[in-house]
Amino acid sequence: MSRWLYLFLVCLLPLTTHARGTYQEPSAFINDVFAETPPTAKRLWLTGELKKSASAILGHAPTSLRLRYWGRDARTAWVLEEIGKEKPITVGIVVNKNRIERVKVLVFRESRGWEVRHDFFTKQFIDARLTAARELDRSIDGISGATLSVRALKKLTRLSLHLHQQTPFAHDAP
Amino acid sequence: MKFRPIFNASVLATALSINGLASAAPSKAPTVEELWTIIQQQQKQIERLSAKTRQNEEKVEATGEILEKQVATSSGHGASGKTTIGGYGELHYNNLEQGDGEEIKEADLHRFVLFFGHEFNERTRLVTELEVEHGGVEADGSPLGGEVEVEQAYVEFDINDTTSAKGGVFLLPVGILNETHEPPTFYGVERNPVENIIIPATWWAGGASVSTNFANGISADFALHTGLQVPTSGSSAFRIRSGRQKISNASANDLAMTARVKYTGIPGLELSGSLHYQSDISQTSGDGADEATLFETHAVWNRGPFTAKALFASWDIDGDAAAAADGDKQDGYYIEGAYKLNKDFGIFARYNNVDGVRVQDEFKQVDVGFNWWPNEDVVIKVDYMDRENDNDSDRDVDGFNVGIGYQF
Repeated sequence: MSRWLYLFLVCLLPLTTHARGTYQEPSAFINDVFAETPPTAKRLWLTGELKKSASAILGHAPTSLRLRYWGRDARTAWVLEEIGKEKPITVGIVVNKNRIERVKVLVFRESRGWEVRHDFFTKQFIDARLTAARELDRSIDGISGATLSVRALKKLTRLSLHLHQQTPFAHDAP
Repeated sequence: MKFRPIFNASVLATALSINGLASAAPSKAPTVEELWTIIQQQQKQIERLSAKTRQNEEKVEATGEILEKQVATSSGHGASGKTTIGGYGELHYNNLEQGDGEEIKEADLHRFVLFFGHEFNERTRLVTELEVEHGGVEADGSPLGGEVEVEQAYVEFDINDTTSAKGGVFLLPVGILNETHEPPTFYGVERNPVENIIIPATWWAGGASVSTNFANGISADFALHTGLQVPTSGSSAFRIRSGRQKISNASANDLAMTARVKYTGIPGLELSGSLHYQSDISQTSGDGADEATLFETHAVWNRGPFTAKALFASWDIDGDAAAAADGDKQDGYYIEGAYKLNKDFGIFARYNNVDGVRVQDEFKQVDVGFNWWPNEDVVIKVDYMDRENDNDSDRDVDGFNVGIGYQF
């Protein structure tokens, strides 16, 4: 019997059709956040003190010189990337009045830790704020076997809250 | 056109200060027409400067884009930039005393592991793990008595967004530690004994598997792979761990199957069950060792600083020789509680109950200790262990262990 099972598994391989893990295109995420009328993208340069503080949050120097973001009223939307174990995870994050409004995994490329893409995990971040020590103001329950992916999402949410504070859209936040 | 005197004075002062002409001011005040000419010249200069500033901003943006593209394409290694390197390692110090008075004081570079991965394209990738145990290996086993092992070497294919297949040498989907065992991810210097004696972690095999996950947090794995070749005689008869073939000209007369269903649909919770089956665990007919089934289940519950784990694993081996050797039923379980005092420091306690086939593999063990993470990828561990053998007090063991581990 095992011989036939083996053949069955091998026969699955030609069925491979497309890559894992693109759950929403970044442009679609931005359109969705701003009800199909997104503002013009702005750029935030990671230089000087901002580069230092971003490095402290990420645990390494940022891989980008500048980051694009979209802002309106007291909201900003960010599309950020961080490596979990080996591959970058692309995450869309919306900050509203200095609180996390939305977190969505847009592209997941890792072999493990796929659970972080689900709403049951990302909803833990909603309403999270940044403390004075630039930590999240709440505990995020992890996922066994997905430690590095969970860590990547925690870093990106902290970074987005910090970056939001550097934009003109943080002006009327409480 | 007439100008009030105050306007004239203001325009004059501004023009002179902007133009830097204050020190060279003519003795005679300029006329209104002359001032108008100066202002027009300045306006043209401002426009030129503004245009130049815009050009510079465009150049900086273009430079930034080029640099970012270069960074993006050089973030990996190799010709295509798609080869990744990682790894982990752990050094242990054991200071133990057995029931017969024998002391064990030794330091051991227990593991040094390198991961090499390569992405052939977006849906096909290679995963490898090369491990050196106990410091290395020499032909005669002295002074280096370790092993060099390829524990993973498989190609993974994405079938779609949620399903993938792999072929090659891979870790079996059983237990908590077998697939994820980087030192910063678990408590205790040494791995728990249940996932050593009953589940022979690290347990790898050659074959093919398919994995899929569902939106509600349920995932399933099925693998068909080389099986164990457990000895049926000698001091290690029916010892599960001795049956690992490590894919070194491994016998494949009787393949094995492993299936797992896992639920992680609630943050912090993992519930998992695995079933492993092999039609002949010794891969030799007529030797009194026949069908073997391993059932394993575990739960992990993490809430804030608390983590609780429980695992149970049990072998059922058919055959007269297995029963005669008291190796037909082998099982074990452990429960572990841990509390993180802050993000860098956590304490734990674990109770293990192991019922293997050898005398030294039948015991109850308590471990208590702490992990300190000076960096999220580096851990220093200290624990105290107390093992009470079920049948031979000379094989009791107690003492402490210290370790340092890392991953990258």
